[in-house]
Order: sequence, then structure tokens, then C-alpha cells
Amino acid sequence: MAADGLHENETLASLKSEAESLKGKLEEERAKLHDVELHQVAERVEALGQFVMKTRRTLKGHGNKVLCMDWCKDKRRIVSSSQDGKVIVWDSFTTNKEHAVTMPCTWVMACAYAPSGCAIACGGLDNKCSVYPLTFDKNENMAAKKKSVAMHTNYLSACSFTNSDMQILTASGDGTCALWDVESGQLLQSFHGHGADVLCLDLAPSETGNTFVSGGCDKKAMVWDMRSGQCVQAFETHESDINSVRYYPSGDAFASGSDDATCRLYDLRADREVAIYSKESIIFGASSVDFSLSGRLLFAGYNDYTINVWDVLKGSRVSILFGHENRVSTLRVSPDGTAFCSGSWDHTLRVWA
Amino acid sequence: MAPTRPQTPRPLRVNSRGAGLRPGRSGAGNPTLPASAMAAGPAPLGGHPRAQKPHLSKMERVVVSMQDPDQGVKMQSQRLLITVIPHAVTGNDVVEWLIQKYCIAEDEALHLGTLLVQHGYLYPLRDPRRLLLRPDETPYRFQTPYFWMSTLWPAAELDYAIYLAKKNIRKQGALVDHEKAHYDQLHRKINHTWDLVVMQAREQLRAAKQRRKGDRLVIACQEQTYWLVNRPPPGVPSVLEQGPERGSCTARQVQMTVDFYKREIECCRKALGRTRVKSSVCLEAYLKFSSQRGPHDPLLSGCLPSNPWVTDDDTYWAMNAPSVAVPTKLRVEQWAFSFRELLEDPVGRAHFMDFLQTEFSAENLSFWEACEELRHGGQAQVPALVDAVYQQFLAPGAARWVNIDSRTMERTLEGLGRPHRHVLDDAQLHIYMLMKKDSYPRFLKSDLYKDLLAEAVVPLETKRRVFPFMWKPRHSSPSLALLPTSTSGEPEAAAGSPGGGDGET
Repeated sequence: MAADGLHENETLASLKSEAESLKGKLEEERAKLHDVELHQVAERVEALGQFVMKTRRTLKGHGNKVLCMDWCKDKRRIVSSSQDGKVIVWDSFTTNKEHAVTMPCTWVMACAYAPSGCAIACGGLDNKCSVYPLTFDKNENMAAKKKSVAMHTNYLSACSFTNSDMQILTASGDGTCALWDVESGQLLQSFHGHGADVLCLDLAPSETGNTFVSGGCDKKAMVWDMRSGQCVQAFETHESDINSVRYYPSGDAFASGSDDATCRLYDLRADREVAIYSKESIIFGASSVDFSLSGRLLFAGYNDYTINVWDVLKGSRVSILFGHENRVSTLRVSPDGTAFCSGSWDHTLRVWA
Repeated sequence: MAPTRPQTPRPLRVNSRGAGLRPGRSGAGNPTLPASAMAAGPAPLGGHPRAQKPHLSKMERVVVSMQDPDQGVKMQSQRLLITVIPHAVTGNDVVEWLIQKYCIAEDEALHLGTLLVQHGYLYPLRDPRRLLLRPDETPYRFQTPYFWMSTLWPAAELDYAIYLAKKNIRKQGALVDHEKAHYDQLHRKINHTWDLVVMQAREQLRAAKQRRKGDRLVIACQEQTYWLVNRPPPGVPSVLEQGPERGSCTARQVQMTVDFYKREIECCRKALGRTRVKSSVCLEAYLKFSSQRGPHDPLLSGCLPSNPWVTDDDTYWAMNAPSVAVPTKLRVEQWAFSFRELLEDPVGRAHFMDFLQTEFSAENLSFWEACEELRHGGQAQVPALVDAVYQQFLAPGAARWVNIDSRTMERTLEGLGRPHRHVLDDAQLHIYMLMKKDSYPRFLKSDLYKDLLAEAVVPLETKRRVFPFMWKPRHSSPSLALLPTSTSGEPEAAAGSPGGGDGET
């Protein structure tokens, strides 16, 4: 009825303005306790020496753009996925391919290694997340044991196992994140709150292990309680899509990389952005970020084919790494921090140390 | 390739490209677009609301400031045979300008400059078939804004057809392979309007002949560059590719509904009520954390005996294997950093369990482990696990009864009636805190821990191989997927076979 429609519109408008004004108040509150900048505090920290990092391995074998990769807990194996649907498991130390499977869809934008090392998960334009057990039986086709776990209504952008092989957390272009039981495919919890595609997520290394952070096309980074499905904290300071989020090793902060060509650090206890990593000469978006083991270095892969290494405390750029011939789409530090791996649209993966 | 949208033929654009000879110097650094270019319009927003990526406008700002009369790149006239082209710049000057302006090194400046050329914002006057930036006297000019990626995108098939038709006429049929293939394909596709295409092509060629040679050359370069960006030759990656479309769901699925705003408001209200910590305190914590972990960070401080990726020697991994008999000193030290890190390390956890046994409180850790299994385990196992935990740890007179405060115990026992993954969360947290505040500090002061520290290994550094040509075979390690597990019935297969490795550095 027309009257209801009008009423709904008014309600919508008034709710929207209420949300806006509350956000403004929140920013004011956050600013009150901001008594010093990170680079000021870091003045007494010794500057880092010269950095020499080189490509130590180049993994060639994907016939198309590499979109995502993840490390196995054994610190040397990795899984990678690409635009043509191929998902490959490598021993990156020897550069041997150990398993390969072709997904029935293109643009496999998400892949993850199970904590046990016995399975991998992946998905993309098929809107699903599927789990493949890894088998060395030569007669067995990997695709035969495939298990469809997650179902979204738009593309899968990120996935991660939680502390075990039995649960998977997913992020999707349908604007939601979700937690699934692998065995049954049951939806355990869903997370609503993003206003657009969710592009990335990361689990918190906390003692109670109950939160994760996600970033999306609505420029928001949101921290969620996995148990209740509620948003615990939200940050909205980026000027464009957030492509990647990663926790600082202590779990008290997280970094984000965005299409606005900046990376930012958000502190969870101070409840605010505390650092911006940017340079005028860096024009292209940051696609993926990760910390070194001590959290002193932030590695960020960009759409201009480079990797920039940032001093997290001082806010300065320590090094720029060339090598890839197309945009860097994914970047992860190895579980023991001895190297990091980058995947690119130039069809290759590189391990740097 | 995107399906062809039915297009009304564009107005003859001959006049507009005359603007190409004048770099964008007119006032406020904002290049003016000629009227007919305006008529052609910016990228259609209706179907592509996210067409304008931030990096394009940033590149455009760079290019505009490069053309600033005072602060920009040095402009000069370039002689090409007998023609003189004004307002050209050398590749070298472009690189130098970038170095000065952004305080970057030459390699970064060259890289950035190359990106500008690859995106069609600068074009080479000689050899316009390859979009590269040469850091020498090679002449370049700034592309007219009319042809910028942000103004004229996506490229219209009709325009491409006209461009190829012109080339075809000029070269009397001798088009390059991929252009010939495109030409034939377009001819088939828009066969019904092919007369129009040829007519436009002829008209543009006729109009071009009436221009001065310099203008003609420049316009040809501009147009060629535009098409090199929009229809790259095979083997050249397209800079236009963006990946799967984002934000297409915004309007449809994530509706800006009443619910959405209510959730936002709720989230904000909670956030307003939360306790915040002063920035100075939080930031100090980073300093402490990073300085404590610095020596443990291989990429920052190296690792002993050596980083496997650098020396091809995997001894470091063998010495730090998950269940090694004698852990390294750094590893044992790390157990003192936080309780979480002690528990995360299987060796650390095992020693802590031993310690708890001497204090007769080992059931606490076992209880915590059982709760972890519940929280992260499969849904189907929940009822059985909850029951097992109750029997073993919570029931009155249980064999390994854990000491939880009465309120938490009461709440937990109530919840057991309807078991779910989180039913033991409160109890688990209570026991965790008990161990963390009580047993853990005692563990760190104990003789057991002190002995572990004393016995821990400090590996000797292995320098990089002196003779690099002594190839050391890289041993493959057994995949975790092969290790016999208690639940899986996987056959004991042989170690993973090398599958056509692409060996490397």
C-alpha cells in the first residue's frame, strides 16, 4: 500500500541518518584517547638495515592467472588456484607438483590448506567451497572424493579452515561470511553486515579463538564473534575496496590492503586506525598483505606487479621487490616465517627469502 | 569478449583529435576536451558503475602534473625525418622527473613510467607498435585526454572496425596477423553496417590528408596507442582486465534495508559503549612485541643453522620439527612469551603436561584439550563428545574432576541438556585462565623449565655453500597426508613421487 511504502521510506531515511550520526559520534569517541601517533612512539626504535630479499623459487605450471595460495603447516607445501580452474598442490622447496585437480568453474579465487595437511578447500565463480581430500593413490581421481561444503549466492572470494579440518569459514560476493561444518555441509553461523561483496577474511590468533576479521567492497573492515554472528567492531577509513586483511601476530591489531593504494593498521584495543602505509609513487591497489613473524615487517603485493615491504612501526617503506610480470594477486608468509610466497597474474608463484 | 551492444554510429570525430597537438596546459592543469569529445561522453555508467578504478585517476593526475609548464617534464620539439613535432619528451627526462618528484630510485621510476606508457597515457613517437618506456633519448608525447582510459572506455567495436578499415585501405590489405583476424571477425559480425564502416574510414582518411604532416603523424600515433591498449596484440597482457565484476550484487542482494541499518545502529551503539585503551599504551605494546620477537623472525634476523630457502639446506626444519626430541633454545624461550604460544607448540604443551602432573592438576589441560576438540570438531560428534567430557571431567565423582567455580559449573551443567559446540565455552575459559594465571607462571619458574632451557640446542651457523656449482639434491619430505592417522583408513602409499618438477632458483 502506498501509505506503507511512504512510511517505509521515511523509516529508511531516518534510520540511515541515525546510523550516520552514530558513526560520527563513534569517530569522536575514538579520537579522544588517541594521544600519540605510531611513528612518534617508534622514533626510539632502531631503523632496519638494508634488505636483500630475492626470489628463491619460481613455480611454473599454472596455465593462467594465479589467484590465491595457502601454505601447509609443514612449512614447505602450498596449494594454489588459478583462473582456468586448476588447483595445484606443490612441494615448493623442490618445486615438484604433487597433486592437481581441475574445478568445474573458472576464477578459483579462494583456496586453503587444511591444518592436518590432508585436504584442501577451494572455490570461486561456482559460488561454492569444496573440500578435496589429498590422496596419493595413483588410481584415484582427486575429483572423485570432492565434497561440496559451502553454498553462497555469489562468488566465493576467500575461505579458511578454522583450528581443525572440520570447519570452514567463507567470504562471498553475496555480502556475507559463513561458518560451515565440513562433514555435513551444515551452515553453523552466518555473518551479515557488509554492504557489498566481502573480499577477504582472516582468523584471529587469540587465546579464546573466537573472532575473525573481514574486508569488503563497502570499504569496511569488520570484526566478528564467531559464536553469536554479531559484528564486534567495524572500521571504515579506506577509500576503496579492501582486498586483504591479516592479523598482527599478537592478535591485537590487523592490517588491510586496499584499491586506494594504501595499507592500514587498525588496533582492536584502541578501536581505531593507527597507521597508514602509503607513498605518492604507489598508485595501484594493494591486493594482499601479510606480516613477518615478529610483526615488524608488512609485505604487500600490488596490482602494479610489485611487492612493497613496510616497516610496520616506523611507517616507512623498506624495500620494493620486482620480478612478477603482472599483478600480484596473493601473498602469504610461511608458517615458520622463513619465507613468503606470492602468486601473480603472470601465471607463476614465487617464494622469497 | 563482451557482447556487442547495438551502437548508434558515432559522429565523425575528425576535428576532436586536433586537440592532440596541444598538451593539456590550459588553466588549472585540467586538459579541456573538445566539444565533440564531450558528445561522445564518458564511459557509460549505466552498465559499469565501478569502471573508474582509483589507479586511473591517480595516473591521470601524475600525467597532468608532468605537463605543468613550470614543474613538469622538459618539453622539446622532436625532429622525425623532415617533420618537427612539438611538445615531446624523452624517456630519460620522464624517468628523471619521476625520480625527483617522488624521491624514488631509478628502477622504481622506470617501472612507474612503463606503467604510464602501458596504460596509454604516453606514447612513443617512433615505433608506436610497442608500448615501452626507454630510459634514453627516445621521444614520447602525452596522450590526448580524449583517448584516456577513463574517458573512452569501453572501446566500441564499431570504432575498432573503422580503425582497422582505415589501416586496411592504407596498407592495401596488408594487416598484421591478429589485426587481420579481428578485421575478418568484425566484418562477419557487423556485416549489415559494413558500408557505413568503410564510408567512415574513407572520410577520416580524406580529412586526414588535408592536415599538416605533423598533425597527421601525431593523430595516427594517438589512435594507434589507444588501440594497442584496448586491443593488445597476442602475448601482451591487457591492462584493462579487472577480474570478475564486483559490486554487482549490491543493489540486488544486500539491500539497504531497514534491517541493514538497524544492524549498523546496533553495532555503533555497542561500539560507543566499549572500553577503549589509550593509543600510547597500545602502540607501546607493538614495540615490546616486535623487539621481543625480532630474534625469532627469520626474515628479520636470519635463523640458525640457515634459512632453508636461501641455502637449500633443510636442517632448520629438521631441528624444529613439531615433535623433536631436543628443541632449540629460541623455541624454549618462546614458551615464556605467552601461555598461548606454549600451548600451540606440541613439545611445549607436552612438557607443560608433565609439569602439571607433578602438581596433580593435569586434568585441567586435558579438559581444555577436550573442549577444543568439541569447539572445532564435526557437528555430528558434538553429543558424544559433550557426554564424554561430562563423564570424565564434570560429573560428581568423575575420575578427572576439574575444579570450576560453582556458578560456572551450574550454568554449564544446565546447558548440557541441549549440547552444542559452545556449551563448554565458559568452563573452558575458566580453566584456561586458571592455568594461565596460576600454573603457567610456576611452570616458568620450575626446575623442569630451567633444565629444558639449559639443555636446549643452539645450532651453529651454516654459511652459504662456497662452491655454488656443487648441486645438493633437495630431498622431498613425506607429505602430511601420508602420515598414518588414527581415524583415516588411507593406504600406506610410497612417498610422493616427483611430478615433473620445474627446478629452480
